[in-house]
Amino acid sequence: MREVAIIGVGMTRFGEIWDMSLRDLVVEAGLGALTDAGTDTVDSIYVGSMSSGQFVGQEHLAPLMADHLGMVGVPATRVESACASGGLALRQAFMEVASGMSDLVLAAGVEKMNDGADVTAVLATASDQEEEVYYGVTFPGLYAMIARAHEQAHGTTEEDLSWVSVKAHRNGAKNPKAHFRREFGLEDIMSSSMVAEPLRLLHCSPVTDGAAAVLLCPLERAREFSGQPVKIVGSGLATGALSLASRPDPAFLDAVELSGARAYEMAGMGPEDVDVAEVHDCFAIAEICCVEALGFVERGKGKDAARDGITDLGGSTPVNLSGGLKSKGHPVGATGVAQAVTIVEQLRGGAGELQVEGARTGLAQNMGGSGASSVVHIFQGV
Amino acid sequence: MPSPRYHREIPARYRLEARRCSDCETVIYPPRKVCPSCRGQDMETVHLSREAEVVTSTVIHVPPDDFLNEAPYAMAVVETPEGARLMTQVVDCDPSQVGPGMKVDLEFRLIRKEGKSGILCYGHKGVPSTR
Amino acid sequence: MPGIVGYGAFIPRNRITSEEIARQWGKDPETIKRGLLLEEKSVPGLDEDTITISVAAGRAALARAGIDPLKVGALYIGSESHPYAVKPSGTVVLEALGLGPEIHVADFEFACKAGTEAMSVALAMVESGRADYAMGIGADTSQGAPNDALEFSASAGGAAYVFGETDLVAEVLETYSYTSDTPDFWRREGEFYPRHGGRFTGEPAYFQHVLSCTRAILDRSGYEPGDFKHAVLHMPNGKFPLSAGKKLGFTREQLETGWIVNTMGNTYSGSSPTGLAAILDIAEPDDLILITSFGSGAGSDAFILRATELLPERQARAPSVRSMLDGPRKYVTYGQYAKLREKIIVND
Repeated sequence: MREVAIIGVGMTRFGEIWDMSLRDLVVEAGLGALTDAGTDTVDSIYVGSMSSGQFVGQEHLAPLMADHLGMVGVPATRVESACASGGLALRQAFMEVASGMSDLVLAAGVEKMNDGADVTAVLATASDQEEEVYYGVTFPGLYAMIARAHEQAHGTTEEDLSWVSVKAHRNGAKNPKAHFRREFGLEDIMSSSMVAEPLRLLHCSPVTDGAAAVLLCPLERAREFSGQPVKIVGSGLATGALSLASRPDPAFLDAVELSGARAYEMAGMGPEDVDVAEVHDCFAIAEICCVEALGFVERGKGKDAARDGITDLGGSTPVNLSGGLKSKGHPVGATGVAQAVTIVEQLRGGAGELQVEGARTGLAQNMGGSGASSVVHIFQGV
Repeated sequence: MPSPRYHREIPARYRLEARRCSDCETVIYPPRKVCPSCRGQDMETVHLSREAEVVTSTVIHVPPDDFLNEAPYAMAVVETPEGARLMTQVVDCDPSQVGPGMKVDLEFRLIRKEGKSGILCYGHKGVPSTR
Repeated sequence: MPGIVGYGAFIPRNRITSEEIARQWGKDPETIKRGLLLEEKSVPGLDEDTITISVAAGRAALARAGIDPLKVGALYIGSESHPYAVKPSGTVVLEALGLGPEIHVADFEFACKAGTEAMSVALAMVESGRADYAMGIGADTSQGAPNDALEFSASAGGAAYVFGETDLVAEVLETYSYTSDTPDFWRREGEFYPRHGGRFTGEPAYFQHVLSCTRAILDRSGYEPGDFKHAVLHMPNGKFPLSAGKKLGFTREQLETGWIVNTMGNTYSGSSPTGLAAILDIAEPDDLILITSFGSGAGSDAFILRATELLPERQARAPSVRSMLDGPRKYVTYGQYAKLREKIIVND
């Protein structure tokens, strides 16, 4: 396999973007990546979106994206893995370049969630329709059960969850593209309205529109392009049981651990080598479970990581300095690619106030449903 | 919900029909073709007991539209004596009483209505056990 | 001689007191309680209906019968609150109970008497030899119109009976029915609440049919009121069955066990069948038992039964009616009651 680099990144702002449609968003992100790279041709396109069909009635996103980028004829593929659709698009693009099949491959992710669809019902299609949704459980409800199981096993409290949200907003406030750019105190978080016990409104990521894109090429050709290159050195994908009742331990995200292990192995690295990370904090408990499953902290110790600064700027493994899904926003299909954009910016030294000094190795982890799919990429500065 | 999709699930939802893998004895609910434990495909039909214990739970405050007037309600992953786990509501009690270790009986209940004119969908819910 | 092989009942766990309803409408609770002899009634949850109640009662009846469900050749469900206007309750119940598909199923309707109708026809299927076993269920989740007298009594619950030829818990010695067109209480297609003729529901309706039917069955069978250990009559409120019972010559003691309306309310098609279940829960071998139902429109069905030696052993196989009436239950406010009974107008 050839070595692969990212040589261009693009991202729309994230938020309730009333004046941009799904196609507007994905085109802006795509053009951003092409401009950053200094090129206007690609050999292949991957686009990830969880539910464009249910959100805006539009499937067949692959030709739509090629067409609206002015690239009719270019091979394009839509991929889906619920909220891990973006990470999956990145992985497919990586494989197409690494295998030698194509040189320039664009990986994009997009979701347009605010056009009036029943968001709760659409997001629930990421869980098990017959075994879970039928009985009245919601997406937050599933993560709430994971939180309860985590409390049962490790003593994780509502306050522990809330520190994750506090950290997310403190960092997101400094991210010009974030959906929410305001800080919240612990009391604000803990007094927000209850969604599914113990998760409150401010433990849950928002309903966001947005798109992100990255352009990949073989490392040996990176110097031909204007964007500062960053290598992809590891990629790992894993599935877990779809329904929570089918998992051996509801408190542990085994797909995250497995996808992480596969990425670490490909990169020849371990969690201690990671200087900066973006993980899938769709709910505060998810960040706690992911930092454990990725090996940044010991199993059971995830609850202390945010409060003790271990996963904040200056800590041993800064996590979600972009504001995470919580503050930056979570346009579900776009998130996995947006995480990659954030890591690339860190490894290029361009993250401003949120820069991790001397960051050389970064990790992005993107997850679908209640943890039934997880994809991890490891990046390194060139 | 389209009627064919509902009709297929009747044995599992109405009678708690499950499968036992002949190779590794794992009880699988709802029934599947391939055993998730050992990938065996040789199965016999069994029925779950109508009693279970709560493994983990939550109380849903923001429900889906079809369940609007029932909120707040407790939802739980429960485990039957056969070792099968299922997701279900726990009702006829204060939702805050529902937690890991709680013993429930499984009763036949209306799960959802498809609006004013669609079909009625039935299944089981947990109620506090008298055991 | 055929009879009852198994019986069961189910009463939902929510309750509302007469006081709470009276207070809502500015009525004096004590006057209501004295006049109707009703303390509280059962309220179904949003997830309970005639079908779910029938399944619970049916499961208990099969547990007491101890028979192979596949041998039940007929299932009849009587209610005035079937969940579908077209599509029988019986088909959902048969699947949940593990009966069929070789089974005859029908839903019955005759106001509060639909339960004993289902029981009559189930018995007839066994008597005629067309089925080895047959099941008749009476269950309801009826509505009472707001600020109407019936709001104090309309409640939810039901009972199920498996009939057969052998291993009986109670023999059926005699049956009788008495029917005429008496429009005392009705509901037109599409209407949400029923209507009734006020005092016309008493003498010309309830009493006329209950008394005539009971007197006739006593006459035909040759039994006197004093021969019976227990009697249960349809219970639209607390007063009517006690008054009718007295007129017929039964003592308060004979009526006591079956008279469960004061804390259950009127479960319509489940009313006298559930009263009968309460009697069977404590009856002893050879006890003679009378049940007379009443359905508006109007008609009455009566059965004379005799408990057998097999009854005591089967009683404990499922929960008793008393345990459901006196056991864990939750009291709701009028607002919660209105929400549960879908009396609040909501957006589509």
